[in-house]
Amino acid sequence: MSRTAKISARGLCKTFGETPRQVTALQNIDLDVYENEFVTLVGASGCGKSTLLRIIAGLEHHSGGALMVAGKPVRGPGVDRAMVFQHYSLYAWLTVMQNIKFCRRLKVGRQDLTTNDVEVASGRADTLLNLMGLPKVADAWPNQLSGGMQQRVAIARALMPRPEVLLMDEPFGALDAQTREVMHDLILHVFRLERTTIVFVTHDVEEAIYLGQRVVVLAPNPGRIDSVHEVPLPTQRTQDMKHRPEFLELKRDIVARIRETSGMKTDLELLEKLSATA
Amino acid sequence: MQFFVAPQRPQRPSLWSIRAAISQRTYWALAVLGLVVPLACWWIFSSQGWVSKVFLPGPVDVFHRAVRWAAEDNLLGDTGISIYRVTVGWLLSAVIAVPIGLLIGTFRPVQALLEPLTDFIRYMPAVAFIPLVMLWIGIDEGSKIAIIFIGTFFQMVLMVAEDVRRVPTTQIEAAQTMGATRSEIIELVLLPAAKPALLDTLRITMGWAWTYLVVAELVAANSGLGYAILRAQRYLQTDKIFAGIIIIGLIGLITDQLFRFLHRTAFPYMHLKR
Repeated sequence: MSRTAKISARGLCKTFGETPRQVTALQNIDLDVYENEFVTLVGASGCGKSTLLRIIAGLEHHSGGALMVAGKPVRGPGVDRAMVFQHYSLYAWLTVMQNIKFCRRLKVGRQDLTTNDVEVASGRADTLLNLMGLPKVADAWPNQLSGGMQQRVAIARALMPRPEVLLMDEPFGALDAQTREVMHDLILHVFRLERTTIVFVTHDVEEAIYLGQRVVVLAPNPGRIDSVHEVPLPTQRTQDMKHRPEFLELKRDIVARIRETSGMKTDLELLEKLSATA
Repeated sequence: MQFFVAPQRPQRPSLWSIRAAISQRTYWALAVLGLVVPLACWWIFSSQGWVSKVFLPGPVDVFHRAVRWAAEDNLLGDTGISIYRVTVGWLLSAVIAVPIGLLIGTFRPVQALLEPLTDFIRYMPAVAFIPLVMLWIGIDEGSKIAIIFIGTFFQMVLMVAEDVRRVPTTQIEAAQTMGATRSEIIELVLLPAAKPALLDTLRITMGWAWTYLVVAELVAANSGLGYAILRAQRYLQTDKIFAGIIIIGLIGLITDQLFRFLHRTAFPYMHLKR
C-alpha cells in the first residue's frame, strides 16, 4: 500500500521564552501522518502534545525544523486544517445552526460562489446536523446544551468547510465517561464517512488506542517522540474490542512508557515515605 | 444488624445557606422592606422633632417642596437640562472610548502605548480640571459636558479594554482555523462576544456620569438639578437639597432598569431559565 504523507514534520523544534530562561517544549520531532489516517498523541503532562497540535494548526510558530501539510509549508492557520478545542470555543450569541454555518460568513467561504454552491453548503450543514444527532437543537443556544452536545456542534462546525486535516485537542477531556464512549463511536463514524485525516491529542491511553490507527507516545523535558505504536485492531472498531488481549497488552505497554518518562516514580517513593511516618 | 430509621420531616433549606436560592416572593418582600424601613425611620426621626427641620426635613416636607419646585420653579427644565448634559457627556465618551478600548484589548502595541497613560490620567480628580476647562472651553454648555466626559472617559476606556480581553482565546483561534482574517475576527468574534459586557460597562459608567453632574454644574450654570442643589445650599433649603438628590437617584434607578431591560432583549442567550 503506497501512502502519501499528509503532514510531515522534520526536526521540528519549539522553544518558549527568551534566551536566559528558555524552555524547550519540543525537540527534534520527526513525524509523518498519512492521508486518511487517524493518529493519536498521548503523553505525560508537559510533553508538548498540545503544542505539537497547535503548531500543525498554525496557531503557534515552530522555532526550528520543517513542517509541511499537503506538500506546502505551514505558515499560520488555514481552512485546510480545522481544529476542535476542549471547550469554550462555540459562539454563545449564535444558535447551533448559525455556529455550524459560521465559516459561510467569512470571505474564504464566499469566494466564487454560485447559487448551486450555496445550496450544496446548506445541504452540507443539514447533513452534518443529522450526522451529529443535532436536528432537534438546531435553533438552541450553545449554553442550553450539555457538554457532549456542545462538542458535537464544535465538531460539525469544524467539518463544515471540508478540511483536509481535523486536529482535535483533548475534545472529550471534560466529558463524563458514558458521554465520552458515545462520542468515540461518533467520531469514528464521522472519520469513515468524511475520509479526513485526524490528529487527536488525549491524556487517556484507552481513548488513544480505541480511536487511533497509530498511537504516538511523547515524553516530556524536553518534549520528544518516545515511541510509535501500530494499533493491532481492524479499522471498524467496536466497544468490546477494549477487552481483547492485544488491546490490553498495548495499553499496558503505553501506560508503562508514559509512567517511565513522566517521573511519576519519585512521587510514589514520597508517598511511601509519608505513609511510613504516619 | 439493622438500624431503625426514624421518619423525618422534609427539611427546608435555611435562608442563610451560602448562595442559597430564595423564592420570588421572599425576594420582593425583602426588596420592599429594604426601601420602606429607611423611609419609615426617616419619617419617624424627623416628625418627632428630635432634630431641627433645617438639618433633617421630613419626607412630607421634601415631597411638598418637590411639588412646589415643579409648579412654581422649573423642575422639569432643570431635570431636562441635566439629563441632556449627562447623556451628551456620557455618549461622547462612549463613542470615543469603545473603539480605543477595543484596540487596546485587541493589539498589544496599542495596549503598551495607551494603557499606562490612561491609568495615570484616570486618577486625576475631575473636579480639579474645572479651572482648566473654563479656560479652554469657556463657561457654556460645552464645559459642563467636558467635566462629565473627563470623569467617565478614562475609566470607560480601561473597562472596555478589559471586556474585550476577556473574550476566550479559543473563540478567536476557532475562527482563525476556519480561515477568518484579522478584521473578520474583530467584527464577527471579538465584538459580538464582548457586546453583553460592553452594555454592562455602559450602564455602570452612566451611573458615574450622573455623579459628576453636580461637579459639572459648579461651572457657571444657571439651570440643572445639580445647580438647584448648590443654590439651595446657599439658602439653607435642606428640603430642596433632599428633593434634588432623590430625583437624581430615581432617574438613575430608571436608566439602570432600562439598560437591564435592553440587556435581556438584546442578549436572550445570557438570560435563559434552566
